[in-house]
Amino acid sequence: MKKLGKQTMEFVNPPQFMSAASIVGNKESKGPIGDYFDEVISDGYNKQKTWDQAQIKMTSDLLDSLLDKAKLSKDDIDCLIAGDLLNQMVASNFAVRDFPTPFLGVYGACSTMIEAVAIGGVMIDGGGVNQIIAFTSSHYQATERQYRTPNEYGDKYPPFKQRTVTGAGGVIMSNTQGGVQLREATLGKVVDLGVADPRDMGSAMAPAAADTLLQHFEDTGRDPSYYDLILTGDLGELGKKLTKELLEETGCHLGDNYDDCGVLIYNSKQKVGAGGSGCGCSAVVLASYVLPQLMYGHLKRVLILGTGALLNPTLSLQGETIPSIAHAVTLESTGHLVEGIGRKKIQNKLADKIEVAKIEALNGNGG
Amino acid sequence: MGKIDKTQEEYQKLIKKHQPQGSPIRNFFAAYLVGGLICVFGQFVLNTLQGAGLSMADASAYNTIILLFIGGLLTGLGVYDEIAQFAGAGSIVPITGFANAIVSPAMEYRQDGYILGLGANIYSIAGPVLTYGMLTAFLIGVIKLLIF
Repeated sequence: MKKLGKQTMEFVNPPQFMSAASIVGNKESKGPIGDYFDEVISDGYNKQKTWDQAQIKMTSDLLDSLLDKAKLSKDDIDCLIAGDLLNQMVASNFAVRDFPTPFLGVYGACSTMIEAVAIGGVMIDGGGVNQIIAFTSSHYQATERQYRTPNEYGDKYPPFKQRTVTGAGGVIMSNTQGGVQLREATLGKVVDLGVADPRDMGSAMAPAAADTLLQHFEDTGRDPSYYDLILTGDLGELGKKLTKELLEETGCHLGDNYDDCGVLIYNSKQKVGAGGSGCGCSAVVLASYVLPQLMYGHLKRVLILGTGALLNPTLSLQGETIPSIAHAVTLESTGHLVEGIGRKKIQNKLADKIEVAKIEALNGNGG
Repeated sequence: MGKIDKTQEEYQKLIKKHQPQGSPIRNFFAAYLVGGLICVFGQFVLNTLQGAGLSMADASAYNTIILLFIGGLLTGLGVYDEIAQFAGAGSIVPITGFANAIVSPAMEYRQDGYILGLGANIYSIAGPVLTYGMLTAFLIGVIKLLIF
């Protein structure tokens, strides 16, 4: 491991991704990238009595799925790193009660997934562990109830409000050959530009995202065009626009290779305001959409940011603003295929595309 | 590349520029339409009850109960919050909105048990309305006592 610039770490022995899985809600499965997700839960209750229990069940099912896909057992894992939005992070630590493995709880609001991946990367590259699971989850009703008004209460949402994604996403990272590798991590600082409206998380988080992006480019000496895809976690339509404009003003131009997980996950007809948010948003997009694309070579280099609004409902009532944070990691394809990344249907689809691309390239050379 | 160099005021201006706002005129008409329809329905029920031979006082009481029931039922069926996305204040202000404000926390906190969950939180939305409704009534009462 090596320090680059001020806030970036370069992994000298890049940690490898062995497995990636996701479980989502109904609405998410009907979105534009719905086909990529491994499993769908039946409804908000997920066959449990309460929403919190539903999220805990979804999370523990995710862990089983991660191990299954990579044909690993619980004993092969040295550490679990996770967090979520519920108080005391119950969805994560209650879900691993039966896991015979050390657990590290981390909280970065919706940046938790990327934070967990970065920490796991450090532990693997440092040689302290061989294999870890990083995961997180969020649940629309459970989150809504904790942070806002009851679900069935009829207040009108502004068009810039986002919808918390129901979904759990996770990855198994390892020191043995995997399908995708972790190259760098840029840890973010807490940024607050005075946004106080709890319905407007995109505006609160955009300055943090822009700050971490700028720092990453400065630390690595790269510019945005270096990446095939730059993805922010859950800024939504509004936060995405603001991030672009904030960077534009400093002379950093984000082109067509920039997108946001919150914008990707729903389509415009799903009545979700400015898009998705929540820990699960970037986690399921990373696990089921970005990693398979990288493994099959459709993307070579990806910069993904987890963006978290460190909102607290009590302090919000006391007139406080919303501090925000963003962590970034860079991912590269390794050229190897592993079974654990992507679901079968998607693996076939992505692999087909590669064959087609190869044949076209051959024909091109022949002509 | 530089740093993000913005004051809070400058950033607020930037947000205003990009933040999509619903049309106030559309909101006004949606609220008027739905709120008006609820009132027309209430009037219809009142007239029907009076037509059936109830006194004005009895008919009003039954009318209130019927409207509260419908508001509660639509909340339970998961429809009321959908209506509110269109109607805004049009579905909050009438008495059906009050039913929604009581029934929605009741549904939400039932998960945490009937006593400390539902019982403690059922007024979490309507509580302020009740508190300041009573305070206002008290103040008006004092004013009436002093002036008349």
